[in-house]
Amino acid sequence: MAISDQTTPNIPMKLDIGEQRQARITGTVLIGLSILVALVFAMDSDGLAVFRLSRTTDALPLPNLAVPAQSFNYLVSAVLAFLGVRQFARGGARWTSLSLGIGMAIAVAAFLVWATAGKSFSLTGMLQATVVRAVPIALGGLAGVLCERVAVVNIAIEGMLLAGAFTGALVGSLLGGIPGLAAAIAIGGLFGFILAALVVSYRMDQIIAGVVINLFVLGLTSYVSSQVFQEYRTLNNAPVFRAYKIPLLGDIPVIGPMLFQQNLFVYGALIMVAVSTYYLFYTRRGLRARAVGEHPRAADTLGINVYRIRYINVTLGGMVAGFGGAWFTLGSVGRFDENMTGGRGYIGLAAMIFGRWHPVGALLAALVFGFADSMQQKLALLQTPIPSEFLAMAPYIATIIVVAGFVGRARAPAADGKPYIKE
Amino acid sequence: MSTPSKTDKAIQDLLRRAAPPRAEFEDLVIVPIFAVVAALILGAFTMLATNVELATIGQSYIALLKGSVGSLNAISETLTAAAPLILAGLGLALGFRAGLFNIGAEGQILMGGIAAVITGFSLPGLPFVLLLPLCLLSGALVGALYAGIAGWLRAATGAHEVISTIMLNLISYRLLDYLLRQPFIQREGRADPISKSVPDNAELPRLLDWLDPNLRVHAGIFLALAAVLVVYWILYRSKIGFEFRASGASPDAARFAGMRSGLIIVAAMATAGALAGLAGANQVLGVLDRATPGFSAGIGFDAIAVALLGRSHPFGVLLAGLLFGALEAGGRQMQVDAGVSIDLIGIIQALIIVFIAAPLLVRAIFPWGFRKPADVRKE
Repeated sequence: MAISDQTTPNIPMKLDIGEQRQARITGTVLIGLSILVALVFAMDSDGLAVFRLSRTTDALPLPNLAVPAQSFNYLVSAVLAFLGVRQFARGGARWTSLSLGIGMAIAVAAFLVWATAGKSFSLTGMLQATVVRAVPIALGGLAGVLCERVAVVNIAIEGMLLAGAFTGALVGSLLGGIPGLAAAIAIGGLFGFILAALVVSYRMDQIIAGVVINLFVLGLTSYVSSQVFQEYRTLNNAPVFRAYKIPLLGDIPVIGPMLFQQNLFVYGALIMVAVSTYYLFYTRRGLRARAVGEHPRAADTLGINVYRIRYINVTLGGMVAGFGGAWFTLGSVGRFDENMTGGRGYIGLAAMIFGRWHPVGALLAALVFGFADSMQQKLALLQTPIPSEFLAMAPYIATIIVVAGFVGRARAPAADGKPYIKE
Repeated sequence: MSTPSKTDKAIQDLLRRAAPPRAEFEDLVIVPIFAVVAALILGAFTMLATNVELATIGQSYIALLKGSVGSLNAISETLTAAAPLILAGLGLALGFRAGLFNIGAEGQILMGGIAAVITGFSLPGLPFVLLLPLCLLSGALVGALYAGIAGWLRAATGAHEVISTIMLNLISYRLLDYLLRQPFIQREGRADPISKSVPDNAELPRLLDWLDPNLRVHAGIFLALAAVLVVYWILYRSKIGFEFRASGASPDAARFAGMRSGLIIVAAMATAGALAGLAGANQVLGVLDRATPGFSAGIGFDAIAVALLGRSHPFGVLLAGLLFGALEAGGRQMQVDAGVSIDLIGIIQALIIVFIAAPLLVRAIFPWGFRKPADVRKE
């Protein structure tokens, strides 16, 4: 009793202090952003920033969105300042995270307006590219969710993506697009199964197993592409899945080109996110899978076969990653290059954490990364004074900030990363 | 009766120390040798599968041997390739001992290397005895700071170091590209990203150029050997090393014993980064003479394999580094002699780690000759 009397009052106090600290930090960040927007973006921008919303060929063309750059940025700065001061004034406010999110979003908008001032820029084009670039990250993140929900840390997503890309190109060149896609999914599933075997049955350290699969796939695909593809170029020339416009829905301005004029991979990713959300949270099997991730011993006691569920989920995750890997070849260029995934799998892992181990969250996080990625591409065309290398870094820095900022609040499955030894 | 049994026990203890029991011998010697041989055999199958003729496979493995230890030049190449692997591998091993999975050696090598180059060409007037240590020191310092970011993030926010170090790697490539285009770093009259050269009095001296100017082995190998001893001392003879190992073995126990876990994480990451930074400095001061985009050439990733193969023990890392250096040097010869892509070496290296890191798998494939898994579990 004495102990509990001493400790109980401390806990809420501590939490309050943590919340206040968070509010202080958020407030400081927001006020810093406000000053940045006012001094750098607003002072320096004049004229109109013209955002093109539709192409002339669209069925329902929208007029261009013309924003007076300077006044818009002063307005943004004022809103940021208000949000920041509010954090200090009402320490521990409930809207801390929301304020930070809104603040970041409008700061990015201010940045875009500043970069576009006096020029014109296709907003819809960038949003469309955002969705396209988010696909492999979202699928990587989804693969991560499926694996980590059963407590298997999957660092090997990168390798599975690369294997899917490679197989898609190879089989796609030999047999055509659909068999190529099927083979990519199969090879992803195979590596998922191998990962499951290594970590579940042979209890290898999960991170080491993942790194090894990445190294192995990188070595194998690089070896074959330099040993075989160099000589037989026809083996590395796969057909590409073209965009398919869904009737009616595809004609909606802005949203149509973003979501309904895309290729198979975008539709596939959206469907998979929906299906796996349903699977994980609305089916008996999904409940069992999550039980295995949270408390394998309890699940085992209830008669759930922990090993089998881990095998199934990790293999499924591998198949999703294999599908995502095929995007690189069958969904965009049709040709495999050494290490062409370039760390997307790891970003997918970050998207999973950012998305709080939820398929929909992972998709939304992937869209944020896709946005950073496509913005960097489009901004290179606008010739901003910021060096292109720094723009290229932006998604990675964003990943670090996200992982550092959100990991404390998002909770991983309790047994994540731990092998389970059946008694 | 109790006295004799006590002495028996003491004698047994002594015996165990003098001659490690079979299990330990198996883990430290047989499993690694088995892993290398099995990986080479599977590598041969890979070549077969990609339509390489049997004769060429034989030729390529002969070339692998010849290119790694077959001549003085081959040994020199092996040592040259091994030095940075050992240095970076030591850093990673130290991190593993402290329970940190640092994948960021690649970025730390790049940052340490560019720092050493900048120090070198900024102070060309200094004498050799001052400039070389200064260059090495700046490389180590910048590597430590760069790794320290990930350590600090882990300690302060709980961000997993695997993700943050991977991101720091990706950032470092861009940062290097950017730095190499800055007027005070870029070589005069060049449009491509390449740094100024390191002055002669900042270079790690070649050891055997009096025999043959083509022998590239340089003083970096001594640096690596010294680092092996220093890391051994840190890990097994110093207080901070004990804290590293304690918090790696059981973070909770270490925290309850009053160790400051945050500080230990940052210190371990920084030490690992310093060693990786030294590896980078070793490359630019000993081999490359300048910095170019991505000059680390995957050493940081190979070093992960080296640390795992060496069982995160300094002496093991030394041997593993030499082996991987030999594979690297031999792989180049293989590419020239037999026309087999050097990427095959990557496959072999990955297979080696699988066999090392999953002893249960090895025992499952080869049930004879190894102890049964049941015996392992009992210990």
